[in-house]
Amino acid sequence: MKLLVLPILVPLSTAAVLMLAPKRPVPQRWISLAGSGLLLASAILVFLRVNAAGIQVLQISGWPAPFGITLVADLLAGILVVAVGVVGTAISVVAFSGVDPRREAFGYHPLLQILLMGVAGAFLTGDFFNLYVWFEVMLVASFVLMALNRTRAQMEAAFKYVAINLLASSIFLTALGLLYGATGTLNMAALARVWPTISTPGVDTVLAVLFLIAFSIKAGLFPLFFWLPASYHTPPAPVGAAFAGLLTKVGVYALIRVFTLLFHGAPPALVTLLLVMSAATMVIGLVAALGERDFRRILSFNLVGHIGYTTASLSLLTPAALAGAIFYVLHHILVITNLYLVSGVLLRLRRTTEMAGLGGMYRNQPAFTALAMIPIFSLAGVPPLSGFLGKLAIVEGTFAAGAYVTGGIVLLVGLLTLMSMGHTWADSFWKPGAAPDIAAPGLPLLLAIGALNVLTVAMTIGAEPLFELTSRGAQQLLHSDEYVRAVLEAAH
Amino acid sequence: MEGLLALASGILYAAGIYLMLRRRLAQLIIGLGLLSNGTNLLIFTAGGLTRARPPVVPDGATALAQPYADPVPQALILTAIVIGFGLTAFSLVLAHRVHATVGTDDVDDVGRER
Repeated sequence: MKLLVLPILVPLSTAAVLMLAPKRPVPQRWISLAGSGLLLASAILVFLRVNAAGIQVLQISGWPAPFGITLVADLLAGILVVAVGVVGTAISVVAFSGVDPRREAFGYHPLLQILLMGVAGAFLTGDFFNLYVWFEVMLVASFVLMALNRTRAQMEAAFKYVAINLLASSIFLTALGLLYGATGTLNMAALARVWPTISTPGVDTVLAVLFLIAFSIKAGLFPLFFWLPASYHTPPAPVGAAFAGLLTKVGVYALIRVFTLLFHGAPPALVTLLLVMSAATMVIGLVAALGERDFRRILSFNLVGHIGYTTASLSLLTPAALAGAIFYVLHHILVITNLYLVSGVLLRLRRTTEMAGLGGMYRNQPAFTALAMIPIFSLAGVPPLSGFLGKLAIVEGTFAAGAYVTGGIVLLVGLLTLMSMGHTWADSFWKPGAAPDIAAPGLPLLLAIGALNVLTVAMTIGAEPLFELTSRGAQQLLHSDEYVRAVLEAAH
Repeated sequence: MEGLLALASGILYAAGIYLMLRRRLAQLIIGLGLLSNGTNLLIFTAGGLTRARPPVVPDGATALAQPYADPVPQALILTAIVIGFGLTAFSLVLAHRVHATVGTDDVDDVGRER
């Protein structure tokens, strides 16, 4: 299906147009918004097609798999590409309330489009080497977005971010080299067939561990998450929002792919390792969040901790847990993006996100406070919002799989999240005001937050059909035969 | 030959990781470069070494005669070299900027407020 290339082609063309267009704010912002809107539209088209007609495959240039590069969209990829479109559109809207002029002149908008292209490509590709290339596309764009300013904190953060991510890429590439040597292919579907036949003892374990390390760094799992809280609070809020919403999810997506396609027959030790790493990620992430006094750093640690939810339920490899994980990823993309945008409003109002400088929002900015309530309490898991439903699904999934300890940890971490978000809410919005507001919150920012709120509420109200969808997505992932046949036996 | 190349790529990995663990940004970048070269060598070796058998279908034949060199690892390496080159260039610029902003290339000092 030719449609599959659109979520990659649209941001690429938009970036090209943006680089040629005048470097003034007005044309740049409108072109960026139009591009993101088109990306969202094309992503929805892809999703609807996948939803109606099953897994969609495009063999680039007509080279049959496994010899060419394959693009594949199953339900998981379709859902996530729509989320990329949503986040992209929200970030493009936010630009209207002002971007640092130097950044904007230097190429903020095209870089953001390249970032979106990299993420969409990573979700749609059916080839591991191609996945590596999309990782690099995404990383280079994110490196430049992160390093565009020259403050000391940003320089430090940027270098840590670059070094650890390049190391992760090297590990991934090493795994790919060994994998090609062992199997003679890098096509995901072909590998799903060949993987169980790797005869040299130990090679599959080495490869699996290399993949696990590389993707865990990208996803920010314990003990490889330290780079994330060290860097995500330094770039401007919209950039942080795009990073937090999308980048670590690509790591989670890659983990879901390799565990469902390749490692489902893997030694139990590997699955246990992922489970232990996820549990530690959840607990340490949220405990660290409780110790922080800066809104954006609290968000970083919450981001880390909640990634653990999704990978913990992935490690169970049951339909119910995986369906919960997909729901949670979707919820988390919307809510964490939204919260970084909220931090952007706080920055505009007070020039700081330290708790000491916040407070009094409830009195000064009642409308903004009402808008901020939904993502904060949704992340906290307050019923009936989407975070509660996602956690409920994950807990039910773990209990149904007999993993009572994991379920218990998920519940405990749910409590820690509630505490963390409760404190954050009380300290930044509810307590008596410390300082007067410097500027207005910015209507486009509030508009984007409101739109993401609408989607969060829609996820809550439409939870039942959405769960039905994610359950089908999970079934598709766990019965990987369908994926393999769609790719290898596609008419081209 | 495989043994020699495996050894070479192992040495490149070891040297690269050693340099990445040093405190100076310049050494970190050289380390990254060595690491990516080690990876390229690894892909080349793992893909299988075949001497003087280019994967070209001769005149009059319709298929390749065994044995032939597998072109895929070379294509992968070519891509990886280009990406690695871009990333090294970017890291150098970033290190230069860090030096210009902070006035040191010691990783520990970059984060320290003065």
